[in-house]
This record gives sequence, C-alpha cells and structure tokens, in this order.
Amino acid sequence: MPPSVAALQNSPEFTVTELSSALKRTVEDAYGHVRVRGEISGFRGPHSSGHCYFALKDEGAKIEAVIWKGVHGRMRFKPQEGLEVIATGKLTTYPGSSKYQIVIEAIEPAGIGALMALMEERKRKLGAEGLFDEARKQLLPYLPDVIGVVTSPTGAVIRDILHRLQDRFPRRVLVWPVKVQGDGSAEQIAAAIHGFNALPEGGAIPRPDLLIVARGGGSLEDLWSFNEEIVVRAAADSMIPLISAVGHETDITLIDFAADKRAPTPTAAAEMAVPVRTELFVEVGQFGHRAMLCFQRGQERRRSELRAATRALPSASALLAIPRQRFDGAASALPRALRANTHAHHRRFAQACAGLTLKVLRAQVAHATQRLTVNGERLRHCARAGLRHRRDRFAALDARFKASKLANVQAQRNALARDRERTLRLAERARRALLIALQRQQARVASCGQLLGALSYRGVLARGFALVRDAQGLAVHAAAGVAPGARLSLEFADGRIGATADADGLPAQAATLSKPAAKPATAKPASTAAAKRVSKSVDQGSLF
Amino acid sequence: MADPAADVKKLSFERAIEELESIVKRLEDGKVPLEESVAIYERGEALKRRCEELLRTAEARVDKITTDSSGAVTGTTPLDVE
Repeated sequence: MPPSVAALQNSPEFTVTELSSALKRTVEDAYGHVRVRGEISGFRGPHSSGHCYFALKDEGAKIEAVIWKGVHGRMRFKPQEGLEVIATGKLTTYPGSSKYQIVIEAIEPAGIGALMALMEERKRKLGAEGLFDEARKQLLPYLPDVIGVVTSPTGAVIRDILHRLQDRFPRRVLVWPVKVQGDGSAEQIAAAIHGFNALPEGGAIPRPDLLIVARGGGSLEDLWSFNEEIVVRAAADSMIPLISAVGHETDITLIDFAADKRAPTPTAAAEMAVPVRTELFVEVGQFGHRAMLCFQRGQERRRSELRAATRALPSASALLAIPRQRFDGAASALPRALRANTHAHHRRFAQACAGLTLKVLRAQVAHATQRLTVNGERLRHCARAGLRHRRDRFAALDARFKASKLANVQAQRNALARDRERTLRLAERARRALLIALQRQQARVASCGQLLGALSYRGVLARGFALVRDAQGLAVHAAAGVAPGARLSLEFADGRIGATADADGLPAQAATLSKPAAKPATAKPASTAAAKRVSKSVDQGSLF
Repeated sequence: MADPAADVKKLSFERAIEELESIVKRLEDGKVPLEESVAIYERGEALKRRCEELLRTAEARVDKITTDSSGAVTGTTPLDVE
C-alpha cells in the first residue's frame, strides 16, 4: 500500500453523523451566547408555525438566523426587513445539512438612527392608510363632564393632570391604570382606549367625554410603546375625542399623529381639557349684564319711539272737522230734499188719477168689441175660402181621374186590335210556310223515287243482264260457289227460268255465255257492268 | 311655551353659554320685537343661572378603573395620588 494512504489511516475515522454532532457541540459550546450586529435581510415570517427565518448581514458576510415562536411573541421590537439590529442569541448547527445559524433570543435596534428609521417607516405606512387625516379629527368638548385618563396610576404625570384640572375646573376623572413602558405596555394602553370606548352610555361607570393618554418624558426607547401600531390604531379608532400627552414638548410619538389633539405635556393636556372656571363665571356674569342692559336699552328706545309717535298723532277734533262739515251740510239738506221728493210723487199720483175715468174704460170695451167683430168676420171668410178651395181641388182631381180612365180603355182597345192583326198575319205566314214545306217534301219524294228506279237491279236486268240464284233463292255471286249440276234460277227483266250448272271445262264460249249470268250485281250494277265490258273486250281480243 | 326655562335645567354648560351668547347678540342688535325680547330676556336669565349653577357645583372626583384578569372592567375604586 502507498504510504500516503497509510498515513491517512492513522487518523481516527468518523461517521458523518459523528462529525456533524461533534461540530454542533463545538459550535454551541464556543458561541453559546453572542451579540451580533447586522442588517435583517430576507425576512420571512412569522410562518404558520410562528417561527421567523431571515439572515443577518453586513458588507462582507451573512449568517442565517431564526427566532422561535415563543421568543418572537415576547419581543418588544419585532424584526423587520432592512432594520439594523443587535441580536443576542446562540449559534447552533443543523445536522441535516451541516449549516450553522444563530438562534436569536433578543433583538434591539442598533442605535437611535435605526429606531427613527423604523418609526418613519411606520408613520409612512399608517399615514398612507389615512389614519392621520385631518378629516378624522374630532373636536374636543368645551366642558367635559367625565375625563378618562390612560396612564400609570403612580408618578408625577397623573398628579400633574389632576392638579391642573383642580385649578381650572374640577371634573370627574376616571384613571385606567396601565404600564407605560416595557413588555405588554402597548397592549395595555390599546386595551384601555378600547375599554373606555366600550363603556355604555348611562352605565354604572360614566362614559368619559374626553380621553387623555399620557406619559412622562423618557428616552426614545422608553416612549416606544406609543409608537406601536396597536396603540396608534386604537387612538385613531377612538370615538371619544382623545388628547395625547407623551413625553416632553420635543418628544414626538406616532400616537400624537393619530390623536385628535396633541398636548406637549400632561399639564398642557389638562389645560386643553377644561376651561378655567373663574373666567367662565366672569364671562357668564358679563353676558347676563349685557343682556339686561340691552333689554333695558330696547325698552327705553321703544318708550321714546312711542312718545314720538304720540306727539305726531293729530288731535281727534282736527281729524273729525272735515267729515263733520260734510255731515252738517248733508243733514241740513235732508228735510228739504224729503219734501221735494214727496211733492214730486204727489204730482205723478194726481196725473195718474186724472186719467182714470169711465170713458176710458168704455173706449177700451168698444175697441175690444170692434176687434172681436172684425176677427169673427175674418174667421168666417177664412172658413168659406178654405171650403171652396177644397171643393175646387176635388173637382179638378175628379175630372183628371175620369179622363185618365177613358184614355186607359182606349189604349187597351188599341193594343187588342194590334195583337189581333198580328195574330192573323202570323197565321197566314204559317199556312204559306207549311204549303211550301209540303211541296218541297213531295218534290224530294218524287226525285228519290226516280233515283230509286234508276238505281234498281231491275234496270240492270232491263239492259240484258240476269240474276243467278241458287236453290235456296240466294244470289250467287261467284262461279266457285256453284257445284256442277246444281240447280240455279236465272232472272231476266221479263221473268225467271230454271237452269242447271254444267261440269267444269267448257270452252270460252260457254264462259262468254255464262259470264253475264255468272256476274250479276245486286248492289253495284254500274261497276259490274264496267268490269264486264273490260273482260269482254279482253276475251274478244283473244278470240279475234 | 309653558315654562321657557324648563329645558334649560338639562342643558350642558357649553350649550347653555352658547345660547346665552346668542341671546345677548340678538338683544344687542335691537331688532327683536317687544314680546319676543321679553321672552328671550327671561330665557337668558335662566341660562345664566344654569351656567352659574354648573360652575358652582363643579367638583373633583377621581376614580380608578378596576379590571379582572381578562381585562374586562369590573368597577372603580377611589384613587389617591398623594
């Protein structure tokens, strides 16, 4: 074996697990408690498990870090990306991958600068949510009945507030005791603000009209609870107007932005909360005095106006003089006018009386009688005239009726005569037409008879032809139908003879002899005759 | 109005002094009719009495809220800061 390998084999041999465990022990022993300063980078958490993972780094190096759930919950400063911190904890390795990390137990911002940066960052974030908007600010009550104070129950702050309230205007004060710094203080302050808001109106414990959240001066770290988001949100959400009074005049915390009013000191908060009683006494007294003076002045003014108006009022006798004069004039004229009026009426009466006599009445009667007579005459005349008129109309109508009756009879008579004459004429025409028709039919019959005679086979017989009949009396049309020895009957124009057909093979003579007999034409004598003439000429041609 | 000063007894100091102030202003303007000026002057007097009463009866009383372990309010106890 090569020496180099043997040399190696002289060292003890570890398993990986042994080595990892050894490293873990070494690291944990050597760095069981370290403080390290660095910037938080790659912050992830808290995870659902509650643990936080991130790295601490500076310009040249980086180390993985973890904060377990329980530790994170207790932390006053929560780790935040980019924050420069001083972390306290121990180093350990994770054997699964042999990486080392720092398990942090406490964390604090690295200096004032880092805290200020954190506060600025938080202010920007909450401000963006609108928590610091002016529109959210409530007005403080002028004189609250009950003042709620959230602060430590011991120490100078509560004493200062109560003293100043006592000086200005003693009020009912409810103190909600809280821790104002350290672990859990922010939660307590927020819970107190919410608690006051949750008190029911008119309950056993009076609900404050005004809240003061106060704390004395201290370092930025001491006042840090008042920068916590939970406190800022509680102040912003408070439905009760809230004054923040944290630290000295130069100390600014985030609750100051969310409060409805910021007091530079707790004493100043008390001054903002209530007015000065003695001043109010004076003020009220002044108002009362002014009201009385004004009222008296108003009365005085009215009185003088009344006096002036009274003076300006004219006397009653002066006001009445002119109407009085009119009345006098009218009154004095009245008896005279009455007399004149009576006189006028009397005169009219006398005139009317003068006209009222018997003569006038008679004249009226005579006039009426005359009118009656005239009208009676006119009536009779009218009646007569009417009667005459009707009689005349009747006579005229009667004459017209008779005349029209005569005319009607004459017209009927004329029409009858015309009709009779027409009938006679038509009868004559009918007789003539019948005669002509008869003659025409007779002529047709005669011509038909002549034609019939001309066309009869007897005519053919008359020209020398014969009609051959067999024993049954039927016409024989062809030689083929005649057996030798058959009995035939020949009809000529002048009568009939019997005959017997010879055997076949007779000379042409016989044929010429028999031909006319054998060729009788019952239906078409003309064509038969023509045919006979042709055959005769042929036969003759062959004979001669 | 049966008693112009009836509701004045329930007014807060702030409301009472505000109204008193406005009454004084109206009287100073001198435009209030006679009937009304008498009525509002009477009311002004009542308001003034109410304000003075509120100022006189102001008293300090300081209590501390007590809570149970879950943070719910249980009551109050007098607080002595000295």
